[in-house]
Amino acid sequence: MSAAPLLDVRGVTKRFGGLLANDDVSFTVSEGEIVSIIGPNGAGKSTLFNCVTGFYRPNVGSIRYASRDITRLAAHRICKLGIARTFQIVQIITDMTVLENVMTGAFLRTGRNGAAREKAEEVLRFVGLHEKLDGAATSLTIEDKKRLEVSMALATRPRLLMLDESMAGLNPVELRGMIALLRRVRESGVTLVIVEHVMEAVMELSDRVIVINSGRKIVEGPPKEVVVNPQVVQAYLGDRYRARR
Amino acid sequence: MADQLLQQIVNSLLIGSVYALVAIGLTLIWGVMNVLNFAHGDFLMLGMFIAFWCYTLFKMDPLFSIPVCAALLFLLGLGVYRFIISKVMKGPGLAQLVVTFGVSIFLANLAVMLWTPDFRLIEKPLLTGTWSLGNVQLSIPKFAASVGSVVVSAAVFLFLKRTRTGKAILAVEMNRDAALLMGINTERINSLSFGIGSALVGIAGAFLSMYYYIYPQVGGLFGLISFCIVALGGFGSIEGAFIAGILIGLVQTLGGYFFDPAYKYALVFLVYLITVWIRPQGLMG
Amino acid sequence: MTDVRKFTVRQVSVSAAVLVLLALYPLAVRGSFPMHLMIMVFLFAMLGVAWNIMGGYAGMFSFGQAAFFGIGAYTSSFLLTAHQVNPWIGLLAGGVVAAVAAALIGIPCSNLRGHYFAIASIAFAEIVRIHFNNWKLIGAAEGLTIPMQDESLRNFQFNSSKAPYYYIILGFLLLALGVCSWVTTSRMGFYLRAIKEGHDVAKVLGIDVVRYRMAAIMISAFLTAMAGTFYAQYILYLDPESVLILPISVQIVLVSMLGGAGSVMGPVIGAAILLPISEVTRVKLGFKGSGLDMIIYGTLIMLISVYRPQGVWGLLQKVGRKKK
Repeated sequence: MSAAPLLDVRGVTKRFGGLLANDDVSFTVSEGEIVSIIGPNGAGKSTLFNCVTGFYRPNVGSIRYASRDITRLAAHRICKLGIARTFQIVQIITDMTVLENVMTGAFLRTGRNGAAREKAEEVLRFVGLHEKLDGAATSLTIEDKKRLEVSMALATRPRLLMLDESMAGLNPVELRGMIALLRRVRESGVTLVIVEHVMEAVMELSDRVIVINSGRKIVEGPPKEVVVNPQVVQAYLGDRYRARR
Repeated sequence: MADQLLQQIVNSLLIGSVYALVAIGLTLIWGVMNVLNFAHGDFLMLGMFIAFWCYTLFKMDPLFSIPVCAALLFLLGLGVYRFIISKVMKGPGLAQLVVTFGVSIFLANLAVMLWTPDFRLIEKPLLTGTWSLGNVQLSIPKFAASVGSVVVSAAVFLFLKRTRTGKAILAVEMNRDAALLMGINTERINSLSFGIGSALVGIAGAFLSMYYYIYPQVGGLFGLISFCIVALGGFGSIEGAFIAGILIGLVQTLGGYFFDPAYKYALVFLVYLITVWIRPQGLMG
Repeated sequence: MTDVRKFTVRQVSVSAAVLVLLALYPLAVRGSFPMHLMIMVFLFAMLGVAWNIMGGYAGMFSFGQAAFFGIGAYTSSFLLTAHQVNPWIGLLAGGVVAAVAAALIGIPCSNLRGHYFAIASIAFAEIVRIHFNNWKLIGAAEGLTIPMQDESLRNFQFNSSKAPYYYIILGFLLLALGVCSWVTTSRMGFYLRAIKEGHDVAKVLGIDVVRYRMAAIMISAFLTAMAGTFYAQYILYLDPESVLILPISVQIVLVSMLGGAGSVMGPVIGAAILLPISEVTRVKLGFKGSGLDMIIYGTLIMLISVYRPQGVWGLLQKVGRKKK
């Protein structure tokens, strides 16, 4: 139980000119957990994601994954090591079919066409998109596009999956579906870190919640505690509400 | 030696400012609607020919044909946009790149068919001769062209920053969707920008006709160089196009003088490649 | 569009029939022009297929393929005239030199996309053209003449008939089609299409964008250079203004776009349509440099771009399916 954490973020600071997007952010994620990162808009959550997954390089700090320093690694190398991610605006390959999209992900672990196809079909079945595998990726609904993006990520066989606002824009039924899917993903052995605004998902799924505000981590803990923490309430709702309590 | 250097720098500025005017027209079109007009050099050629025919048929000096060139090229730009460019906007990016090649080939060869490939020259323009400033020779027509280009460039800059229409153009350049939401007719802005960009290069053509040889294929190299200038300055940036135009003028002239005149354009392209490697978005992109 | 190829009986028999017809063509026609025309069709089809690997699939729209074409032609021709190296060896050497040049230009351009890449490719090709125009070693502007030699396959020269040239370029084309086909159905093909979509989505799937872009450019350059060597041995004269010019690069892009960029057979169809039109109009209407043939060419480009930018191959496939 005292195994090294899967993801160990230490003192990450990221500046864009005069803007301090991440300020000395540290946290860990253990294997098998679901950790949510929440915070008001502009708090620096996506920047943090980009630092961890190699799209930005932090100015200060380090990121360790499976006891290995990945701070300066290129994004595609990080993916090879086992961290997959999705984006706020769904990124799929528009002139391919659903199957081809997922095969592209599967090709990371195998060079053979046949093996990639099998893995892709397996993932599509797991995610519930198998019926649509020959359809054009562009013809999918928003919910299905998100599932497709998750499939592509899963096809790369990650140990850690980082999702950026995967619940955004879903209606209540779709939301339940996505929550169920993420549970199944965790059960299949993948650790999850999710950035979320949709509180229902955060409360239901998370083992732990990390709150970021103005680039800094302000609170960390189980969902029920975090949500009533006065600092968190103030961060979201402003000073007026703090005074009321 | 120092005199020679000074002379070359002066020459650079003279050609660089005309390059800048050509490039500003191109970058305006690119910035507003993401279209790289490969026929831009051929529009320049047409501007030069219009000035030539005004001189030959109507005894108009190039200085007076400037408004004629501007007006006719403006209309040409509007026409090309409305009947050709606007129709490929929704298509694949490759088609948008290729279609203006078609326009270029069409215009260059139309000129060959109408006017033969012969080289023409305006024999007796109003402005001729050279000023001697110390040991530096300043060609008067080139100087006039250069000053004219700077004035027109400044006028364009002010137009964009100060007038309502100009600001609308800048708005569309910055964020097309937002501009649409603000009630700006982006289709009209597209046509207008294409027209203005073409008019600018028509004016440059009138300036060049005062001292440059006029022939159907003249647009080719100018066009290529103006693409490099636009990319160097940063697509869509007027200030960038101006600065890059001057820089390219320097590279071309000084490079040709110190290295090898036959390679002067190769140096321009080389500088472009190096810059784009180090700073892909251009100087001010 | 599913990538795993399933050869239907219909596809195999149609392909076989077409190949037989093509093989018999030289026996059926008389006169130099019909042979020359088909050789040009095959040549540009091959150039289009080579372009497609980097352009249609990976989204790197190169308008500078003439540089690789010229490098291939000049490398083998120089080695032959100055050092008596057999043209087939020269062919391979040309391919290697072009691939190296491609790698060198690929490095600064590795992050460029769309219009930026297009202009960079033109700048590169112009540098090559200007240099070759001034390089005394290979003839500068006067060009290079390949000496007449005994007619043989070994010498890669045939004087009495164009038929051997026809079969060789057809063979080259089939080779290029094979390479392109392999690329598109393999992992590389998927990765190139992901790269075309966007560098972010590619990186997030673990794709080394720079490496795959370079590979695509180098393969494309090698094949293009092979076509250049063929051209040199066919025409027996080279100069920068006939092989290194922008119109050749534009024609290569056109052939692919007209046929359908992003499909293996697209450039073949495109060449089959475009080359006859351009060659015939040049012969019949290009008198005394009147420019009329090029006016028609330019108009054609505009029409294709506006009315059928995705190419003709898609249409043909639909027709084929309907007939079932």
